[in-house]
Amino acid sequence: MATGTHAAHGAHEHHDHTPGFFVRWFLSTNHKDIGTLYMILAACAGLIGGAISVYMRLELMNPGVQLMGWHENPGHHWNSMVTAHGLIMVFFVVMPALIGGFGNWIVPIMIGAPDMAFPRMNNISFWLTVAGFVSLIMSVFIGGGVGTGWTIYVPLSSSAGHPGASMDFAIFSLHLAGAGSILGAANFITTIFNMRAPGMTLHRMPLMVWSILVTAFLLLLALPVLAGAITMLLTDRNFGTSFFNPAGGGDPILFLHLFWFFGHPEVYIMILPAFGIVSQIVSTFSRKPIFGYLGMAYAMVAIGVVGFVVWAHHMFTVGMDVDTRAYFMAATMVIAVPTGVKIFSWIATMWGGSIRFPTPMLWALGLIFLFTVGGVTGVVLSNAGVDIALHNTYYVIAHFHYVLSLGAVFGIFAGFYYWIGKMSGRQYNETFGKIHFWTTFIGVNLAFFPMHFSGLAGMPRHYIDYPDAFHLWNEISSIGALISFASTLWWVFVVFHTLTMGRKVGANYWGEGATTLEWTVPSPPAFHTYDELPKISASAHH
Amino acid sequence: MMGRTRTWALAGLFGLGLASLFAGGAWAEFVDLPHRGQMNLHEPATPVMAELVWLHTVLLWIIGAITLFVLALMIYVIVKFRESANPTPTTTTHNTLIEVAWTVIPVVILVGLAIPSFRLLYFMDRTKEAGLTIKVTAHQWYWTYEYPDLKIEAIDSRMVPEEDWKKFSETEKRDRPRLLATDSPLVVPANTNVRVLITSTDVMHSWAVPAFGVKQDAVIGRTNETWFSVLKEGLYYGQCSQICGKDHAYMPIAVKAVSKAEFDKWVASQGKSAAAAPATDVAAANPVANPAR
Repeated sequence: MATGTHAAHGAHEHHDHTPGFFVRWFLSTNHKDIGTLYMILAACAGLIGGAISVYMRLELMNPGVQLMGWHENPGHHWNSMVTAHGLIMVFFVVMPALIGGFGNWIVPIMIGAPDMAFPRMNNISFWLTVAGFVSLIMSVFIGGGVGTGWTIYVPLSSSAGHPGASMDFAIFSLHLAGAGSILGAANFITTIFNMRAPGMTLHRMPLMVWSILVTAFLLLLALPVLAGAITMLLTDRNFGTSFFNPAGGGDPILFLHLFWFFGHPEVYIMILPAFGIVSQIVSTFSRKPIFGYLGMAYAMVAIGVVGFVVWAHHMFTVGMDVDTRAYFMAATMVIAVPTGVKIFSWIATMWGGSIRFPTPMLWALGLIFLFTVGGVTGVVLSNAGVDIALHNTYYVIAHFHYVLSLGAVFGIFAGFYYWIGKMSGRQYNETFGKIHFWTTFIGVNLAFFPMHFSGLAGMPRHYIDYPDAFHLWNEISSIGALISFASTLWWVFVVFHTLTMGRKVGANYWGEGATTLEWTVPSPPAFHTYDELPKISASAHH
Repeated sequence: MMGRTRTWALAGLFGLGLASLFAGGAWAEFVDLPHRGQMNLHEPATPVMAELVWLHTVLLWIIGAITLFVLALMIYVIVKFRESANPTPTTTTHNTLIEVAWTVIPVVILVGLAIPSFRLLYFMDRTKEAGLTIKVTAHQWYWTYEYPDLKIEAIDSRMVPEEDWKKFSETEKRDRPRLLATDSPLVVPANTNVRVLITSTDVMHSWAVPAFGVKQDAVIGRTNETWFSVLKEGLYYGQCSQICGKDHAYMPIAVKAVSKAEFDKWVASQGKSAAAAPATDVAAANPVANPAR
């Protein structure tokens, strides 16, 4: 067991000099406080993004334009809501919660490091993300909003398609959030490579740390490509260049390639940390070490590597050469193999275990099953021929919400219930947590499963209105979305209840199965977690 | 394979039957429409779509089996190894055989899937022997259809506005539903390989007809190619499938497949009215003239 022999104890707390409110929360250099800030940002952005999705689902509940009819230009308003929902959820909910939030909070503790390698850079990573979020919100209100979808394809995003300032604000937002993430990624890589406690070899690191390490590499390699692409878009829009304008010798498809070279690794950036969280939880509540630890770690590495060579499967209809499509189809199918290894290893971890089912375990099990559903529809979509029928239909919407909304977001909630006692020192109410899980589980499945049907029947995405034949499935989806959002509001209550009235807990409130280093320090950990570095025994890993 | 051949044969027979039943009827013909509660792909109207549907059905069985297998395993461990049933956990963390198995078996399944998938991909790519070539030009927010080899004026195809649609008869409303009805459908001969060349004059669009297994993006500055051969005369619908601005939901596609004789008649009737002037298009001359808003 990786038990810290010299973990910080209450006796050392007199060394802590917690700074005053402003310095602590606005000039923070403490990984735990910055992690908390990231989570607050993600929660606020998540509620906004979720409210937008409810707004959209209410519009789609019945054929015709009703709710958005107040707008002078409902079609564009719809598109701008879709875009805002997508960009908020990707850049300001899932990434800040999983990487900035849980990554910052847990990774240094898990590897026995006193803090991140570059604490001030950690702070600027966070505030750049906040600035990015502000810029994105401004893009909705200034210049009419960005109505391109989160993929901002040219020429729709060029000055011809979007002459207003909205698009420039959105580009700036992505630059800021992207720069924040790149700095954060550099910070994680440095921390994980250089600041592990004595005895914490790479092959003893908990899988959560592995997942953040792989994610950080993906961020570091993918985001600069996005930054370059949107910089070219910015100069196309404002300085008369024509990187993507065929009239000047440019090519719109080049933008698509650059975008998806970032965009595909980005979807793994969103799910890999959730995989890490699930691995910790499944192991803890099965009271067993992870089955096939090395396979699990290197499956994530494989997903990361292969994730960089499959991007054009998002572009099967743009008119690429058939041989190119054949390659991207084959490469994409390969991803199913390491993903399958992970699913089966989680099940094998539970096999022979002594399993308890508190709320975090329910979210983890929910993720494993629903990610499987999203994964197998991904295999369907990888077939370039079949994709012709499904591309840009609701089938794709169903697929990526199963892996992200029901994958990454389930991972976030799993991590929240798993670690909230550690982070706050107060434990959630088990019944309240289970109510949250089951209502969300029912809501999201009701919302997203019927989308497979409307997609197969041919309903295109990004539509404010649809032929009446698609009414039934849309109505059910909308009801599901309402249930999910109500459940999320319930979660807000659970948070307040936990923080104000939650039962106080000790260092290891999960008991025997919880073996990683964070369970050796008090809940909440001291402002400086370790006064002396823990030593990791060689007996077992993770 | 047998199943697919039978589907084609049935589709062909059905098409013949319909054609003889409704020959000459104005709208009393086969109409391909999505229907309420539809859970699967459209009935195939082309050989490509028939093969696509077949492959999708195979995939659906396989992914259904995999999902149920995972679910069964999960239920088994949840029941069998819950704390009350199994108070002492084992310490097993490795089993080389099973780890190799769950790597190799998925590989075998995927290779098995890839073979028909590649065949479909190359089959649907393009046609070598086209009986007719049409050119589709996308605009914000309508389509222009041209027949480069025939003396036909370019035809703009727009959605029927809602106020006009409301004046339709009940039958017409059924056959030409809201958001799908267009003023002038693309007319093509059935059982002919139709080559489709697709481009755009402004933002990206995508020309899609679900029953044909066709979806091809329209991109300014390049010409994309796809093809179809409609097995069954009738009226088919699709919708723009690439977000293209405020009226993205309002540029449907309608394709009317008629017999070759009828098509010739239609071409002749078009020829009479066609002026010598080429199709001029303001948007084509100035791609920057169509802001999204």
